[in-house]
Amino acid sequence: MKKVNIFVTLRESILDPQGSAVKGALHSHGFPEVQDVRIGKYLELMIDDSVEDIDAAVNEMCQKLLTNTVIENYRFEIEEVAAI
Amino acid sequence: MKFAVIVFPGSNCDIDMYHVIKDELGEDVEYVWHQEADLQAFDGILIPGGFSYGDYLRCGAIAQFSTIMTAIQEAAAAGKPILGVCNGFQILTEAGLLPGALLRNQNLKFMCRTVRLKVENNDTMFTTSYEQGEEIHIPIAHGEGNYICDDKTLQSLKDNRQIVFTYASENPNGSIENIAGVVNEAGNVLGMMPHPERAVHELLGGADGLRLFQSIVKHWRESHVSHV
Repeated sequence: MKKVNIFVTLRESILDPQGSAVKGALHSHGFPEVQDVRIGKYLELMIDDSVEDIDAAVNEMCQKLLTNTVIENYRFEIEEVAAI
Repeated sequence: MKFAVIVFPGSNCDIDMYHVIKDELGEDVEYVWHQEADLQAFDGILIPGGFSYGDYLRCGAIAQFSTIMTAIQEAAAAGKPILGVCNGFQILTEAGLLPGALLRNQNLKFMCRTVRLKVENNDTMFTTSYEQGEEIHIPIAHGEGNYICDDKTLQSLKDNRQIVFTYASENPNGSIENIAGVVNEAGNVLGMMPHPERAVHELLGGADGLRLFQSIVKHWRESHVSHV
């Protein structure tokens, strides 16, 4: 069994108003050193070992459904875990 | 003319759409559940606003893979008029029937009020009953209506006159170039954030939205006159 952790963020060129709002809140809470905040999504997938090319499979899932590549970037990491 | 109002789990403007067609226009209309696969009996497709699949993952992301979407793709290719409002607009961009994407409103607020729109192109099957450059009043109600696309897409939208409506006075959501509604290159698929179906009678505060639906019917009658 593999656990895939997917991180989805808005593309760099796109203003992230949630991140901007949180940055402002951090500044007002006494953390002026924070230069930028980007907020994204985190998805965990549990995938059984029947998949031969898990990288290709996860890329396909991300591009078809899990992200909108017009506005979002993604990256993922794969860990080996015990079967559920 | 016979319209389909597509109903997804979470659609909530479907009844408004149905009301416009049946009661204000007097045309045929049916609800079509998203698990249906056939739209051949219909002349026009309406994709209403709401929160399809709870807006889980992204607005419109899950709806794009509903069974009915294949039939909607076919109807689009056949040149039938397809109107997506609000969540319907989001679904059409996710499905690749319209370019661009919708982001959270720049001020992060859900906004619900009437805004002024400018008719940028009255030469589409959705807008012939408006004057070119006319200002109309249509309500908005959305949290993710900030339209965005890359520079190349924006240029082609301008070159092909695909920008149909823009926000006239204030830009409520931060959308690029004040865009409120766009059509596809063929001109038969319109997506817009404001709700024309909520402005179809003076009792609702205005009837500027009604002419959009009247335009669709007028266009259909004109192009089918030889068959009648």
